[in-house]
Amino acid sequence: MTEPLLRPRRKDPLRKTREPLLPQGLRSRTAHGLTAAAAEGRFMLQVCTDCGFTLYPPRDACPSCLSDRVPFHDVAPGGMVLAETTIRTSTDPYFRERMPWRIGTVTLDCGPSFVAHLHGDAAEGSRVTMTLRLDKSGNAVAIAMPDKPTSHQEDDVQLRELTCDPKFRRVLITDGRNATGQAMALAMAAAHASIVFVGIADAWKPFPGETDLRAIPCVEIVPLDITDTRSVADVAGEIAHRVDILVNTSEHHRAGGIMNRHGLTIAHEEMDIRYFGLLRLAQHFGPTMRARGADGVNAAAAFVNLLSVHALMNWPEYGAFSAAEAACLSASQALRAELRGGGVKVLNMFAGPLDTEWFQSVPPPKLSPAALAKATVDALRMGIEDSYVGDIAQDIRARLDVQPKALERELGG
Amino acid sequence: MKRRGYEGVAVCAPISVPYRRYSVDSAHWWIGRALHALTQRTGLKPADIDGLSVSSFTLAPDTAVGLTQHLGLSPRWLDHVPMGGASGGVALRRAARAVQAGDADFVACVAADTNHVDSFRKTLSSFSRFAQDAVYPYGSGGPNASFALITRHYMNRTGATREDFGRICVAQRANAQRYDGALMQKSLTLDDYMRARAIADPIHLFDCVMPCAGAEAFLVCREEDAQAMKLPFVRVLSTIERHNAYQNDPIQFRGGWAQDRDDFWSMAGIAPGDVDFLQTYDDYPVIVMMQIEDLGFCAKGEAPVFVRDHSLTTDGDFPHNTSGGQLSVGQAGAAGGYLGMVEAIRQLTDEAGATTVPNARVGLVSGFGMINYDRGLASSAVLLARS
Amino acid sequence: MTSALTAFAAALATGTIRVIDLTHTLTPEFPTIVMPPELGQCAPFRMEEVSRYDERGPAWYWNNFSMGEHTGTHFDAPIHWVTGKELPDNAVDTIPPAHFLAPACVIDCSAESAADADFVLTVPFVEAWEAKHGRIPPQSWVLLRTDWHKRPPKAYVNLLDDGPHSPGPAPAVVKWLVEQRDVHGFGTETIGTDAGQAAHFNPPYPAHHYMHGRGRYGLQCLTNLDLLPPTGALILAAPLKIRQGSGSPLRVLALVETKP
Repeated sequence: MTEPLLRPRRKDPLRKTREPLLPQGLRSRTAHGLTAAAAEGRFMLQVCTDCGFTLYPPRDACPSCLSDRVPFHDVAPGGMVLAETTIRTSTDPYFRERMPWRIGTVTLDCGPSFVAHLHGDAAEGSRVTMTLRLDKSGNAVAIAMPDKPTSHQEDDVQLRELTCDPKFRRVLITDGRNATGQAMALAMAAAHASIVFVGIADAWKPFPGETDLRAIPCVEIVPLDITDTRSVADVAGEIAHRVDILVNTSEHHRAGGIMNRHGLTIAHEEMDIRYFGLLRLAQHFGPTMRARGADGVNAAAAFVNLLSVHALMNWPEYGAFSAAEAACLSASQALRAELRGGGVKVLNMFAGPLDTEWFQSVPPPKLSPAALAKATVDALRMGIEDSYVGDIAQDIRARLDVQPKALERELGG
Repeated sequence: MKRRGYEGVAVCAPISVPYRRYSVDSAHWWIGRALHALTQRTGLKPADIDGLSVSSFTLAPDTAVGLTQHLGLSPRWLDHVPMGGASGGVALRRAARAVQAGDADFVACVAADTNHVDSFRKTLSSFSRFAQDAVYPYGSGGPNASFALITRHYMNRTGATREDFGRICVAQRANAQRYDGALMQKSLTLDDYMRARAIADPIHLFDCVMPCAGAEAFLVCREEDAQAMKLPFVRVLSTIERHNAYQNDPIQFRGGWAQDRDDFWSMAGIAPGDVDFLQTYDDYPVIVMMQIEDLGFCAKGEAPVFVRDHSLTTDGDFPHNTSGGQLSVGQAGAAGGYLGMVEAIRQLTDEAGATTVPNARVGLVSGFGMINYDRGLASSAVLLARS
Repeated sequence: MTSALTAFAAALATGTIRVIDLTHTLTPEFPTIVMPPELGQCAPFRMEEVSRYDERGPAWYWNNFSMGEHTGTHFDAPIHWVTGKELPDNAVDTIPPAHFLAPACVIDCSAESAADADFVLTVPFVEAWEAKHGRIPPQSWVLLRTDWHKRPPKAYVNLLDDGPHSPGPAPAVVKWLVEQRDVHGFGTETIGTDAGQAAHFNPPYPAHHYMHGRGRYGLQCLTNLDLLPPTGALILAAPLKIRQGSGSPLRVLALVETKP
């Protein structure tokens, strides 16, 4: 039985903040195949192309036939807990302050024995479903989950070290003027966030949805303008220590290419709102979030970027926009490394065209802001770092795996 | 092909450098102490030592090669045996072949490790690639956690109880109280064992060895040379070595000895009943039980009953780890893989003092080690006989 | 130095002539004009600190800033509007510098604007003003005092779902001011010299259309017009010398004589 998580009390201002420590972060290069799987919430192991043997731990040759063709594949995640232990002492500083800690030997249906973290409801002798998640060092670890969902499953102490669940956390949504920001506010409130800060710039300009946004009980409007360094600094000065999850919902969707566009002012707006906006948020909210990565139940957990999937491959019809998104993607990778010291994750949500006015003439399938918001909550609950949402994004992802150059040509028309 | 025996090989000069809980000295210093004692004991000069086998976890960035220049040796046969608790048996069987073939005349076999205050954590986190990738990130409980899983599974399958493991530990402590070199000599009752704090369930405090600094060594040469130098020596009846045995067992329940034990006994021409004492690798007691089974002293799964039915003290009916084993003497890193070998040589050359097993003629020394991922990979066993 | 200038300097020193600042502070919060989203937008004022007595520059503080030519209190040159695009000396760098000093007539419609955000200045209203204060001299600025500068940002821009609502001149009065009174230019406290709903006038944006079409100038987002006398103030309004610039933010100062 998982103890339900209790809403945390207000922090005692006289107590030292617990500093974030990280589990050991070294992995062999081959082991990062697991990291790639965990980043997307998949369960993958190496399967020998020549003899079909499934192997774990990660290796550079098949222990059954010595072939070097041992790529990672999605494999059946079922297994059985053969033996368990509760560790009570550790020389490692991260685990030492998190004792006791339960691990077990799980025999997987697909073959290998896997020493893994155990969810509290995964009992010895029982069937489990293995999942790969990212630990605080950003590396893949497996946790054996009970075969059937159990009550308050997400509140398990060991599982919560691996996830960024919005429950009882405080969320900052950087731009509530657009449909995505408003859908995100609703979704976070429904996910039991305790406060949802919503940034509204240029209060003198009305916007659709304002009444409904203000009516959400846990929403607090803040005068955040991510194009204004001073505004970001001022708002961060006031609330950064109370932001556990930051979701950057700023948008600037304009059609137009690189050569096929007249002038640079829209490009300036794209870069200022998307790329420089991200930099401002990172510089002013990042350090405080990083310092609070181990600060109790509502520790800082994630910095979320909503990116176009065309950050990965330019869509020339929205060519300048794609380029700005690519800049944001690269920046997010750096930010991920910078925030890792605090165990704070950078989550990139990749989406195709949204079903909003600036993609009006784009034919379906298009993604609704509500669907993007729900997927963001799901991704935070899983603690993954890359999520491809909707048909277009998943299609682009799949085609990138097959042949990127073909995708480039196909998007170019 | 029938394996060749060890005719003409002599194993002698058992050296134990007194252990210390923590040491500011290097592994090089401890190895130097052991080799110095070896030269004093045997009358050999360093220049006479033309074979060297080294086992150590804390020698980095050096290996055996760096040691030759560090210690002023010029061997024509050199081996580095990084096999932890199996090192004693492995080093011996290699050195034995070298002197049989004439590739070396006097092989010094030494195992030593220092223990700085933070040695243990550094050793754990970079112990092996699989430990780095697939063990340390899961609670960092070290070998305690890994063997807890093996112990738990063994208990589920055999019905072994904590009391059964406790019997082994209690008997070893009684033995250690007769060995000056043991770091832990405070008496241990079964009650003490049962009430000790949990480390990683079901492993508790007295199932765990205490890491320390120390060195153990012995010499391998030809019989005629040992006799000429008037060194008491023992003969080798048989040896086995096996790594990564039974790799498809989902969890470790047996070790490599089971795979080669028929060869082991037939080469020696004796049976388990002929053995006067057993030195096992005792990190952790569950592995002691596996060795008792897999070497043939009882059927698989019957070691708990065997331990209940026998007395494991030096004056009992099944003398086991007669100087106290690593659990009571301390584990000086790789020297833990030599501890049983050196004690066995003492027993069979009348140098065991207060721990002497009366009328001991044959002893079995078993080694195990190197938990790479979820199981110990290395195993070795040697049958030694009084000369 | 001529005696006129000496007298002028002395008058400044004694306070006989006072300097009144008609300029909003440039801050990121100050609203800019909002075009329909498909069109190019006026950049708002933004500052990035370069250093502040720190590792980026130990003994100094300075900033880089960015903004549009029409951000904050600003000057419109004739080249800004299509009707003025071919006129000679129509950009901020080619306007004769003497034109940066001119007297001003301040027409007070603050009460009417308070009552009606869409108040439109008409010819009769100006004629009634002239009846009290005299005929508008040639080459004068005409400044529309609405007290709009005192409003907080939301009320200042006053954006409803059919666009902004703020006071401004009717097409007929702009044409009349240019043709019948030879004015120097038109200045307002609102964003833009035209009324908020001037897109619907005929012609649209008549202040821009007629003023710039006849080579005259505009001033907008002025403050403190309520501190100026109806006549007699001298305005200094010198825009930045931007190559072919259509306008620029600037410091607008009024020189006012204190009554003895």
